[in-house]
Amino acid sequence: MDNSAAAYWKANLRLVTILLVIWFVVSYGFGIILAEPLNAIRIGGVGLGFWFAQQGSIYTFVALIFVYAHQMNKLDKKFGVSED
Amino acid sequence: MDLTTLTYIVVGMTFALYIGIAIWARAGSTGEFYVAGKGVHPVANGMATAADWMSAASFISMAGLIAFNGYGASVFLMGWTGGYVLLAMLLAPYLRKFGKFTVPEFIGERFYSQTTRAVAVICLLLASITYVIGQMKGIGVAFSRFLETSYETGLFMGMGIVFFYAVLGGMKGVTYTQIAQYVVLIFAYTIPAVFISMNITGNPFPQLGLIGSMADGSGLTMMEKLDQVVTDLGFNEYSTQVMGSELNMFIYTLSLMIGTAGLPHVIIRFFTVPKVKDARTSAGWALVFIAILYTTAPAVGSMARLNLMQTIQTGPVGEETANLEYAQAPQWFKNWEATGLLAFEDKNGDGRIQYYNDKDPEMAAKAEAFGWKGNEMTKVDRDIMVLANPEIAGLPNWVIAIVVAGGLAAALSTAAGLLLAISSAISHDVVKGMINPDISEKSELLAGRLSMVGAILLAGYFGLHPPDFAAGTVAIAFGLAGASIFPALMMGIFAKGVNRQGATWGMIAGIGVTMLYVFQHKGIMFIPGTAFLGDMEANWFFGISPNAFGAIGAMVNFAVAIAISKVTAPPPEHIQHLVEDIRVPKGAGAATGH
Repeated sequence: MDNSAAAYWKANLRLVTILLVIWFVVSYGFGIILAEPLNAIRIGGVGLGFWFAQQGSIYTFVALIFVYAHQMNKLDKKFGVSED
Repeated sequence: MDLTTLTYIVVGMTFALYIGIAIWARAGSTGEFYVAGKGVHPVANGMATAADWMSAASFISMAGLIAFNGYGASVFLMGWTGGYVLLAMLLAPYLRKFGKFTVPEFIGERFYSQTTRAVAVICLLLASITYVIGQMKGIGVAFSRFLETSYETGLFMGMGIVFFYAVLGGMKGVTYTQIAQYVVLIFAYTIPAVFISMNITGNPFPQLGLIGSMADGSGLTMMEKLDQVVTDLGFNEYSTQVMGSELNMFIYTLSLMIGTAGLPHVIIRFFTVPKVKDARTSAGWALVFIAILYTTAPAVGSMARLNLMQTIQTGPVGEETANLEYAQAPQWFKNWEATGLLAFEDKNGDGRIQYYNDKDPEMAAKAEAFGWKGNEMTKVDRDIMVLANPEIAGLPNWVIAIVVAGGLAAALSTAAGLLLAISSAISHDVVKGMINPDISEKSELLAGRLSMVGAILLAGYFGLHPPDFAAGTVAIAFGLAGASIFPALMMGIFAKGVNRQGATWGMIAGIGVTMLYVFQHKGIMFIPGTAFLGDMEANWFFGISPNAFGAIGAMVNFAVAIAISKVTAPPPEHIQHLVEDIRVPKGAGAATGH
């Protein structure tokens, strides 16, 4: 692997790692592990932990994929590995 | 017009629409018939993927599970959406760059071995067929209600239609049919949800109704009311009840997520998008369309539960007249009794229905004082909740008819997609790839059709004795895919050092451990009575349910694959170059003919 390809791969892994940490925190973190304490905070009629488990995590997942797609397109251009 | 006639008309119209579109699209562009995703905008492709993805489990079964498991059912909500994040970031763009026909084909080339490819085919078949069993359960429930017959007859009818539908051929390739199916199923799901949310909370958005206040002037929020109603009858508090344990929920969610990213019928959709770039956004759009249903489902589940409880328990617990008289039971109650999926037994002979948790000692003691002789709702199949929901809420007949059509659209689109994945694995990977490379296209097609018939019969047989509710059965399928295919694909892309021995034994160990655990608790091949340990929490490994065990299988897979690769010869140089090549989008060829 030449230098630019290696750097591209490294930047890619960095981005994915950050996004997957968020992915983990909103679902497994807020939705399961910390659900009980978070339920003390209310969002409308439900606890915040419950809300993250049944609503919030899903909205976050959608946002994560679009952020990923956008950032990767930028990386593709920066490293000159874009398809077009 | 009575409900049955109306249902026939609506279902008939939607079927005519799907078939019409299929014929029109085929006539319009025969040449491009197999290139489903090419030239199709990522938004449209995302919508089609969503239809492919959301099955009877999502449409019919999931809200029922939410209704009875409350917070615990969050595993399905997070598990079946979070997997798309993994798919978009870890697999889809790379598999698109590789640009081949099937999942086993990628595994076979990356691990330079026909044996590895064969193992991948077996894993794919095990997961897909289990998945189809889950669909069959859902289809059986929908048809039994729709035709007012027993579950078994409904199942046989469903098998016939799936057969006709899948063998009509190439339907899956017609992206536009799936877009129509998505539109039907999403309207069918959200219309009743909007009505019910309006009735109960006064808010037309189910997502807001879920966190809103009751419209009955009680001043309670919807969730407070629901918690109160269920705990008064000895059931677990809705908003906090966990599924098994916190650990089980964690593992269960993980298992569903990696299963999502390992199921072949979803993955192959990303082989056909025009560009690597589109593989990334397509996954995002698919999740947008899936999220519309998935964020509505918690409202549907909770409100259905509230309606059901309040229909039977009409006033304060313990007051004699507060229990619904059986003779006064609404029509939907009688209709579902006819299917055998809802059952009532007047244990204390008072002509009224007592529905409570008789397993709860405190409630049982109270009930005895009331003169109740045990819970009289002896069967409430979770899978009926979505279909019964509009009837319970007293919505007009046309809404109910649309829901049936939506359930069938969901079940059929996924069943057909899976059957095509099964047939392509057998005809393309086994027959053409391994047995007879010179086979004519016609014979390859015939082999595909025959394997489809075999899969339908097998799934129908198991559908008679499903190991679990539709969503539970599907969860097992996800476990199998997550334990075998997902790790192999991921290591294929991210771990250059994993070789063919590692991948082969990793998959065998991963799926083996998972199957052993499932069979141990649910019976060998799901045959009742052959389980050597009962399917109850006391017997579970660290309290992890069989449906959730795929994540453990995946960990075993990763561990075995990496360990074996360390002690055997590394992959040859050209494979290392192949991996480096799929990691960059540049130079991706046109979409594979599919």
